[in-house]
Amino acid sequence: MAPPRSFLWSRRIFLTLLAGFVLIPVYVMISSSLKPLADVTGTFRWLPSEVTIRPYIDIWSTVPLARYFVNSLIVAGAATVCSVVIAVFSAYAVSRHTFRGKRVFTVTVLSTQMFPGILFLLPLFLIYVNIGNATGIALFGSRGGLILTYLTFSLPFSIWMLIGYFDSVPRDLDEAALVDGCGPLGALFRVVVPAAIPGIVAVAVYAFMTAWGEVLFASVMTNDTTRTLAVGLQGYSTLNDVYWNQIMAASLVVSVPVVAGFLLLQRYLVAGLTAGAVK
Amino acid sequence: MTATAPTAEAAARKSSPGAARGPRRPGRIRRVGLPYLLLLPAVLLELLVHLVPMVIGIVMSFKELTQFYIRDWGTAPWAGLDNYKVSVDFDAPVGAALLHSFFVTVAFTVLSVGLCWLLGTAAAICLQDTFRGRGLLRALFLVPYALPVYAAVITWVFMFQHDNGLVNHVLHDQLGLTDKPSFWLIGDNSFFALLTVSVWKGWPFAFLIVMAGLQNIPRELYEAAALDGAGMIQQVRRITLPSLRPVNQVLVLVLFLWTFNDFNTPFVLFGKAAPEAADLISVHIYQASFVTWNFGTGSAMSVLLLLFLLAVTGVYLVLTSRGRRTAP
Repeated sequence: MAPPRSFLWSRRIFLTLLAGFVLIPVYVMISSSLKPLADVTGTFRWLPSEVTIRPYIDIWSTVPLARYFVNSLIVAGAATVCSVVIAVFSAYAVSRHTFRGKRVFTVTVLSTQMFPGILFLLPLFLIYVNIGNATGIALFGSRGGLILTYLTFSLPFSIWMLIGYFDSVPRDLDEAALVDGCGPLGALFRVVVPAAIPGIVAVAVYAFMTAWGEVLFASVMTNDTTRTLAVGLQGYSTLNDVYWNQIMAASLVVSVPVVAGFLLLQRYLVAGLTAGAVK
Repeated sequence: MTATAPTAEAAARKSSPGAARGPRRPGRIRRVGLPYLLLLPAVLLELLVHLVPMVIGIVMSFKELTQFYIRDWGTAPWAGLDNYKVSVDFDAPVGAALLHSFFVTVAFTVLSVGLCWLLGTAAAICLQDTFRGRGLLRALFLVPYALPVYAAVITWVFMFQHDNGLVNHVLHDQLGLTDKPSFWLIGDNSFFALLTVSVWKGWPFAFLIVMAGLQNIPRELYEAAALDGAGMIQQVRRITLPSLRPVNQVLVLVLFLWTFNDFNTPFVLFGKAAPEAADLISVHIYQASFVTWNFGTGSAMSVLLLLFLLAVTGVYLVLTSRGRRTAP
């Protein structure tokens, strides 16, 4: 049945307005990144007076953007790999085995997800400072220390998502593998993991995305050499000038990889959310 | 972060006993120990990053932990309940500011979650049937969600600038709606600036979840309703919304926790000290701890926040599960 005309019109208007709301900041980001400095310091203009790629060249020298990029890549990458690998084992245990304490484990992991990051920030900060004083191991300000703090959100999240994905892999598959003489780990790596690959990839992308955008821990737990993009972008505003065109160019550069990855893999993410949320 | 709770609930339901145990084999002992072995790394890390810090956080909240004791916090003198007393003494400056921040956060959270849900649901329903441009719009709508928080929020900071921002240019120069350019990132307007950014960034998540929920409503229901003469609006009211109820219950809880705890958005928007009208609780605690260096009070505030969140979540879960049982 075709929807009524009035619905089609109101839908068209609503979707246009919504697309405008969504797109205007994206347009501002892109267009301002191509403007000369004079265009972004005066009254706002919708169109650049001249299009220049200068900001894209200058962003690398105004602040050490490349170093921040590498730091973000290492921290977000390591946190993602750690949490996904560890989550694969525990999600398999929860999804395929019954054991004492399973409920305690699942409830604990679930509840730590709802706690505000600020709750863990203070104690972790003090723990790092004290470990540093006692042993000389500099966790505070190091990439390793930051990676560890990122596990506070990426680990429970990965465990939850993977339990959902593993549950959607038919049990018969790995039971058949067990009957055929595979050990439980063999069944996990030869059957369950390959079958859940799209889910594992989606979880990894999502964990990476969250770590890539994290501000709270990054702003407290980093120093000059380990600073990530989240904190580093503040470097474009100096006492005298705010290089808005460069800020927009840098924002775009740091956004493109994650947005592209997300849009490519969002199909799997939706599938996972459906499997978990709706069943 | 919190985006995962939907899967969580379903898994929690599944984890109840009853899963079939395989036949006993020679390797039974190894298999009984196996789940624990598999969980070991996760449990160790959970202890390290969640449980130990939480215990320390609670201990800290009973200590007089100022900057003088940070190097060796164990030696800080005990404060008993002083940190809590200061936090909830609403007549004194610290308590009054915390209470104010709490009310701002509640108002902000209710408005933001409501608007995110409304926009997300409306957009998902609009994109339910296929038409030209649907795939493009769908991808487009997810962009704010995929953008790194600081990149997205910094763009809004630029748009909200007093002299060279788009918002004042449009409202004042182009439409003439305001007498003079307004300040958006200080003063009372900052609340609306924060709300706008939060909704812009958050609604696509509601859209994503509702869209996933819609896929699970059988088409026959709509066909039957159409045969019975139900119009579009009736179909949405009688079929779509009731069918989405379990999804919505999880979604609203997740959005609530996510918005209530949000630190990234206000921090990038306003910096270390948010304007009074937009002083969200996370930033408030951050400021109490890392700007005024009073970790004891900061910890007490964190514990109070945690207790509040646990209470709200508990009440919400009880209410929604009762609704589920009595629902037809």
